[in-house]
Amino acid sequence: MTLGSMPVRYRITIDRDECMLCGRCIENCSYGVFRKEGDRIKIDSRKCTACHRCITMCPRDAIMMQEKPVDYRSHPLWTRDVREAIYNQARTGGIILSGMGNAKKYPIIFDRLVLDACQVTNPSIDPLREPMELRTYIGKKPERLRFRKDTTGEIGLETEIAPNLQLETPIMIGHMSYGAISLNAQLSLAQAATATGTFMGTGEGGLHKALYPYQDHMIVQVASGRFGVDIDYLERGAAIEIKIGQGAKPGIGGHLPGEKVSPEISRTRRIPEGSDAISPAPHHDIYSIEDLAQLVRGLKEATEWKKPVFVKIAAVHNSAAIAAGIARSSADAVVVDGFRGGSGATPRVFRDNVGIPIEAAVASIDEKLRTQGVRNEISVIASGGIRESADVAKVIALGADAVYIGTAALAAMGCRVCGNCYRGLCPWGIATQRPDLVSRLDPAVESEHVANLIGGWTHELAELMGAAGINSIESLRGNRDRLRGYMLDENMLNVLDIRAVGA
Amino acid sequence: MDKKEIINAAGMHYTPLNRAIRRASVEGADEIVIRNVLGQRFIADGLKGSLRLEIHGLPGGDLGFLMSGPVCTVYGNCDHAPGNTMNAGRIVIHGSAGDAVAHSMRGGEIFVRDDIGYRGGIHMKEYMEKRPVLVVGGSARAFLGEYMAGGLLIVLGKDGETVIDRGIGSAIHGGEIYIRGEVDETLLGAGAMKLPFTDEAREKIRPYVEEFGHLFGIDAATLIADDYTRIGPASARPFAGDYTWE
Repeated sequence: MTLGSMPVRYRITIDRDECMLCGRCIENCSYGVFRKEGDRIKIDSRKCTACHRCITMCPRDAIMMQEKPVDYRSHPLWTRDVREAIYNQARTGGIILSGMGNAKKYPIIFDRLVLDACQVTNPSIDPLREPMELRTYIGKKPERLRFRKDTTGEIGLETEIAPNLQLETPIMIGHMSYGAISLNAQLSLAQAATATGTFMGTGEGGLHKALYPYQDHMIVQVASGRFGVDIDYLERGAAIEIKIGQGAKPGIGGHLPGEKVSPEISRTRRIPEGSDAISPAPHHDIYSIEDLAQLVRGLKEATEWKKPVFVKIAAVHNSAAIAAGIARSSADAVVVDGFRGGSGATPRVFRDNVGIPIEAAVASIDEKLRTQGVRNEISVIASGGIRESADVAKVIALGADAVYIGTAALAAMGCRVCGNCYRGLCPWGIATQRPDLVSRLDPAVESEHVANLIGGWTHELAELMGAAGINSIESLRGNRDRLRGYMLDENMLNVLDIRAVGA
Repeated sequence: MDKKEIINAAGMHYTPLNRAIRRASVEGADEIVIRNVLGQRFIADGLKGSLRLEIHGLPGGDLGFLMSGPVCTVYGNCDHAPGNTMNAGRIVIHGSAGDAVAHSMRGGEIFVRDDIGYRGGIHMKEYMEKRPVLVVGGSARAFLGEYMAGGLLIVLGKDGETVIDRGIGSAIHGGEIYIRGEVDETLLGAGAMKLPFTDEAREKIRPYVEEFGHLFGIDAATLIADDYTRIGPASARPFAGDYTWE
């Protein structure tokens, strides 16, 4: 038994009457909780991360897990998390690295928003019988259309339409790089995006050859480290996304530790094996909105203005003003990532304390762009903490064109949100590069699970829209009248520009 | 016989200029001479192939951004970030260049006859046979080779001054910087350290110094005969010790 100064976080027990000593728990646990001694399976609970792999794989349902089996003296201020962080840092002096999204108990605005439905007047629509328009186009929309009559009297479009992405559902899969997640995980997501007529992001890790067949459904990312970025990569993508910030860690860059830079990752990112891949906080060529415009236009020049260019920012205090600047930079979409956005590895202090919720960010961005008359110049993509179809409907009603999901798509492949992604031992084969673990994730199976999730949410979205008498996603966008705030204070209602329930 | 095209860029916006370059390239031009360039950004962005461009005037920022193959020779000064994220090919500047020259460059060569601004060679990186090279004939400003992850950066100081500012190789974690003459230790950035200038190191930079001399008609023999300060990373994992798990 490993000894530690902190109480165990999880207690694993085995129902010995049920256990048949098949050893699947030993095989499946990449953290080494289980071992066999004689005719008994021994348990080291301290190594458990609550990933549930053993519980899922036990044929007898014999394994039980209990969170926080040891109490601390309760205290409303000096919580367990705060105390454990102190013990950790007193011992190591390090920055605490964490996985997954914001773990503080902030109120969830989505859960204080309710949607409308029709009763008697303005009757609801049955999506089973009537067409529902869930198709969405991401990119610039012209302010007005000009037509021209040629000599034969034929009328043709004169206005040049900027390239747009055609989405069959407003749900896209966000950027999770090869390196942060495994190739099999990326393959599953890419196949699901292709099957459902939507798009996924590559993250800042280049585009592995195995993903080329799905490149028409992939948005390639250009981040501050410029890893894997060359003209071939940009030309392969359906769109290009400049990553400025990430909701889980606004204001800081990223480090892929050298031990994760395997031969394959090294080839895709185009850096030497074993060296740290450091993405600095700012882009070296962006220090102002004008510089950003220069990068947007530089990428467009390089790809001959054929690709939409997105700019992703973290939701921060002044994101509305930043988005207004982005709208004037030739960019086609602004992606705003809320403070609940996921991450494979993030300093805990950033994950839990920096940034603002996506609901408020989207509402304020939409409002600012409308006030300035540039909402048509740019699409708004919301991400960071989208958990279910209702969140999609609500955030679109607050002004988004589409959403990116991340954690939800990983959960569809087995992820239990244990938050140990940075350890590289993910027993589900998602956040790991260890071949034996990666091979556990079968893209043929998991792509179907992800496609099922997107299909299910899309179906629910159609039902929610139909119930509200709305038959196209465009009529839901920014339709705040169909939202009400429940137990939100007046300031928050003003920011979201919605009324309270009953009003 | 090489096919040569001449473009007059006077008063031209960068997009039609780049279109004209691409059109000429598609039509089989081997060499394009662009005259009267005045501040047009993004020239030769994302351009592939083995085209040669002769640029007369003052190109704007991001010359050769994402370029993969062509050779650009500039008769004039360049604005910021020539060779930004360049993949292959060459940029030769008969003059000086602004900040962030060779930013995130991944392959190919850049030769600047005179001086460069701040953060030259920032985040250059290498992979296998792809090793970018930046040679600066004159001097460089602060944060030379910042975040450098690979490649070769040579500063010759032909006019007497080499690096005249602090922060050399700040957060460098790969590649090497060679600066002619002695560089004061206090000018080195965090994460950078001096390495011995061995005979082997001299042979490593010799072809590039000689090429510099050849390109600009400068006597390279005296430049290569001098001693250089060789600067590299103190660690390939500069942040490895900063973290503890939750």
